[in-house]
Amino acid sequence: MEQDVMTQDPAIAAKVIEIIAEQAMRAPSEVTAEDRLEDLGIDSLGVVECIFQIEENFDVQVPFNANNPEESTFDISTVGSVIAEVEKLVAERRA
Amino acid sequence: MRKVVITGAGTVNPLGHDVPSTLTAMREGRCAIAALEGLKDQERLDVQIGAQVRGFDPGAHLDRQRLPLLDRFAQFALVAAREAVAQARVTFDGEAGARAGVVMGTAGGGNTTVDDNYRSVFAEGKNRVHPFVVPRLMHNAAASHLSMEFGLRGPGLAVSTACASSNHAMGLALQLIRGGAADVILTGGSEAMLSFGGLKAWEGLRVMSRDGCRPFAASRNGLVMGEGGAVFVFEALENARARGVEPLAEVAGFGMSADAGEIVAPTLDGPVRAMRLALADAGIDAAEVGYVNAHGTGTRANDRTEAQALHAVLGEGADRVPMSSTKSMHGHLIGGTGAVELLACLMALREGVLAPTVSFDAPDPDCPVDAVPNAARDGVEVRAVLSNAFAFGGLNAVLALRRL
Repeated sequence: MEQDVMTQDPAIAAKVIEIIAEQAMRAPSEVTAEDRLEDLGIDSLGVVECIFQIEENFDVQVPFNANNPEESTFDISTVGSVIAEVEKLVAERRA
Repeated sequence: MRKVVITGAGTVNPLGHDVPSTLTAMREGRCAIAALEGLKDQERLDVQIGAQVRGFDPGAHLDRQRLPLLDRFAQFALVAAREAVAQARVTFDGEAGARAGVVMGTAGGGNTTVDDNYRSVFAEGKNRVHPFVVPRLMHNAAASHLSMEFGLRGPGLAVSTACASSNHAMGLALQLIRGGAADVILTGGSEAMLSFGGLKAWEGLRVMSRDGCRPFAASRNGLVMGEGGAVFVFEALENARARGVEPLAEVAGFGMSADAGEIVAPTLDGPVRAMRLALADAGIDAAEVGYVNAHGTGTRANDRTEAQALHAVLGEGADRVPMSSTKSMHGHLIGGTGAVELLACLMALREGVLAPTVSFDAPDPDCPVDAVPNAARDGVEVRAVLSNAFAFGGLNAVLALRRL
């Protein structure tokens, strides 16, 4: 499962995990694709900071409004979903 | 304890450049939120809406010698203060000036000046700035110019608690007069953060709406920034009586609290305590409250928490006490917002007209409040009101006003 998500571009997955791990104050090796961001102790402000880091690192625009994250088209429920979304945005940028 | 009353009010805000035009706009439920116009570097902003003060000509109000010293936030304050002082018919000659002061709220001070000069030195690479950058940008600039304009020689200070700045300022003014430090205080707040840098900073937090401010409504998706301010003459009741002036309302109580929680997420406890403290300080029973001017930013978190706080404080029947957010019309004036919103409180007490929450498309089950949706309500008997302000940083300030 974890590998499926990451097969596309291991570098993207590794960087996203590094960003999320930094917010969660854990080592990247302790963060898996199945982890939910809230279970990692990342609150709404932490999510906003993760998204900022993602935008800066991947040169993408993340459609995300902290007011209604559930209505956002950017799925932040798990680490894996964030990786998948970033891969999509990077692919769109390169297209 | 000395009673404190309001004897004059003035404003410059997106709904109007004085109190009568502002109240007319609130009565009509007019919305001043529109496409932004004329900001430098505006094309680089993601957020393209705001509530700007349009058609304000500083040169029509302030002489040329003085204008270079005045950031936009201080211009708003000065013009508003003149209106308030004229209404109060108060003078500050001799001892009266020594017994008079000023307490003004602002979150960002001279933001326009900061923005313009950062652009100049960083983006344009200039090495020389105008000599008045510091006196323009300092947070106390508006307070100081008010003191100079009218000869207020008693207490003078600026208060900065983000979105609660105005309410904290007015609450401190109440306490200073009660405590005997002054007899008359010009108080309120002003803000001019609606510039490229100001908006860009707010964009970063991702709490701005791209399409409108809809407090308490199901579709709300963030706040919309405005600009402007309001100034009031707060005065000891006996002082107003001695001058033969009819007060507009009593500033009956003030409550403040800190969440001591998170930097931008509100708690329930902080707002609840601030509202209860304001009522207790005013000697107003929860059942007497006839209107609440909400902080009502239009963010999911604030409005949900504020609705819960209202129910906690007012108990059963809380959903029958109207609580509207005029930010839906004039936007969020940040440090100036509580002052402009106090005008809606005066309108409720004096005219029995409740300002609406406009752009209210559908109720949100998370916010079970009577938000006075879309149209003002008149013919309402209101004897006591609360005005809420809950700042980022978890600093809460609530004013209680009573009809005299």
